Amino acid sequence: MPDLRAIDYTGSERLTMNMGPQHPSAHGVFRAILTLEGETVVGVDAVIGYLHRCHEKLAETLAYVQYPTIASKTDYVAAMSSELAYVMAAERIAQIEVPRRAQYLRVLVGELQRIASHCLWLGTWCMDMGGALGGGATIFLYCIRERELVLDLFEALVGARLLYGFHQVGGVRYDVPAGWSEECRDTVTRIEARLIEYEAMLDDNPFFTMRTRGVGVIPTALALEVGVSGPLLRGSGVNFDLRRAQPYSSYEEFEFRVPVETAGDCHARYLVRMVEFRESIRIVRQVLDGLPEGPISSRPGVKSLAQVKVPKGEAYARVEGPRGEVGCYLVADGSNKPYRMKWRGASFSNLAILPHILPGCSVADVVAIMGSVDPVFGEVDR
Amino acid sequence: MTLPPIVMATIMSAGVLGALVGILAYVTLLERKFAARLQSRIGPYRVGPHGLLQPIADGVKLMLKENLIPASADRPIFNLAPVVFLVPCLLIFATIPFAPGIGVADLNTGVLFFLAVSSLEIVGLFMAGWGSNNKYALLSAMRAVNQIISYDLPFIMAALVPVMLAGSLRMSDIAAAQSGLWFIAYPVLGQLSFFAFIIAGVAAENRVPFDILEAESELVAGFRVEYSGMKFALIQLAEYAHVLGTSFLGALLFLGAWSGPGPIWLGPVWFLLKALAVFIVLTWIRWSFVRIRVDQILRVSWKLMLPATLLLLLATAAVIVWRTPGA
Repeated sequence: MPDLRAIDYTGSERLTMNMGPQHPSAHGVFRAILTLEGETVVGVDAVIGYLHRCHEKLAETLAYVQYPTIASKTDYVAAMSSELAYVMAAERIAQIEVPRRAQYLRVLVGELQRIASHCLWLGTWCMDMGGALGGGATIFLYCIRERELVLDLFEALVGARLLYGFHQVGGVRYDVPAGWSEECRDTVTRIEARLIEYEAMLDDNPFFTMRTRGVGVIPTALALEVGVSGPLLRGSGVNFDLRRAQPYSSYEEFEFRVPVETAGDCHARYLVRMVEFRESIRIVRQVLDGLPEGPISSRPGVKSLAQVKVPKGEAYARVEGPRGEVGCYLVADGSNKPYRMKWRGASFSNLAILPHILPGCSVADVVAIMGSVDPVFGEVDR
Repeated sequence: MTLPPIVMATIMSAGVLGALVGILAYVTLLERKFAARLQSRIGPYRVGPHGLLQPIADGVKLMLKENLIPASADRPIFNLAPVVFLVPCLLIFATIPFAPGIGVADLNTGVLFFLAVSSLEIVGLFMAGWGSNNKYALLSAMRAVNQIISYDLPFIMAALVPVMLAGSLRMSDIAAAQSGLWFIAYPVLGQLSFFAFIIAGVAAENRVPFDILEAESELVAGFRVEYSGMKFALIQLAEYAHVLGTSFLGALLFLGAWSGPGPIWLGPVWFLLKALAVFIVLTWIRWSFVRIRVDQILRVSWKLMLPATLLLLLATAAVIVWRTPGA
């Protein structure tokens, strides 16, 4: 483990500055107590917990049919992935089969969710670097416009735009309505065209390159040591994607590329996510092409709290969310509620990298790095 | 009947100031509407038809807001800073002739006066940052000193190219020298110096991508973080006045000032339209780029902008000597 206090500057007086919890680029409620020497960060004390809502305790008091709707509130930007992790853990203990149509639908919403989440990431990140009264806000509004299209799809599918409750133990709760598939195809085609616009704005933009190249470099060894996942890990040269490494929900049937960049800086993470946008669109198209007929759940629709009982046992299920590995560890005691539950939030683990890479960079880089890590504080604090 | 010069000057400056504040209010609306269209939004729309009364509503709102002074602030400096910031930003309009003979003072060192006074805003900025006794404000003020000093030099160099071409520092002479050909159309030199003028102008006015002193995602709002109500309004007014002043200077130095088709009394209108065109270019840059870091800004200034504009100045001198018969 590298020494966090390796950078020991001598000279001018040090300044302690609070960044957050109420700060324009706190990404929610993150508080970084920065020690500055001029503009250079020499120490960072990361404080989390402002959004703690006792999710894990809450899970012990809610039945298996209830919790998926609450699980979506952990990572509220990518609600589908945490729901999926929870129901997969329950299915693994109870050894419940999931119909193929339901598996495909899970992949479909998971990938749409990744597109929506990455839209928000790109927008907020550019806003962090470009300012609410500048070019960053322009990209932010473009991205939000595209995210709304995906949320419209979810609204037509589930009835909710942000927190869905789409998954249930044994399958999914809603089937695609008539005409939805065509709308979905149109939407992803539209987003695909807009991606070219974003890249036209950013790729050759010298200011964007200056802010992201060589900034916040995570070496491969450090990435593995700290346990980051998702685009951060792949941006640091590790070819690891749970959809490929441990396929779940019939991901093995789809063709997609796992982008890997070796630079490890903010720009590498940007490149990884931009490819992921396109690969998600590719998977969405494959799902829509090959959506099998059949039931959407191996269990009947939800009627009572005692409907799902999971036998004694424990299991860990993990899915590749937009931010990385979302894991759910579930201990069941045979009743209709879990005995104990533990989240492995991707944002939480990714955030642990900050004290390692922030010292030595400038205040302006702090926000660029924070944005490239893409934390969602609902998931960090739970 | 001729009025004594002092009375004439007073009337003229009151008129310019009044017109200026009105134009400034609507320049903010122009920027907001332009940015909104750029971002596929509508922009202000509710107050009056197409949001035309929005600047007035904003002004009234800011006047009615509570005026907060932080307990630990340095009160005299804190209170004085917005005024110290505003005065040079309004003073730069003193030497601009809006049409032949219409202007507060057509000094024979007009451009020099403009450039000198416009760099004075740094005093107000630093007072605001220091007096607030806030860490964000202090960091911002330190950045401000760094940046404005670094960018005033290339800004001055770029502005000197038309001055050399016209052979005079008097603004009306520069405008008159462009009656045939605008300086932006001067082969190579004109375009390059206009480009440098725009870049350095954006930086000297602290707008995105060089708005590191405001940098709300890092420093919340920078030096103005503690200001509210009318003092905040004065700071905003000063910033817009500075931007508009630079736009007028750009239109005067490069776009032929008041020359244009139509009768002579249309001159000020043409001048205003050209200044607004420069303003739109500045706004366009602001709303399309992400900001760069303070060290990168300084590097760009000292290692790229300053040598480039110096070379430009030398090239201009060489061209003038070459084209002067008998030199």
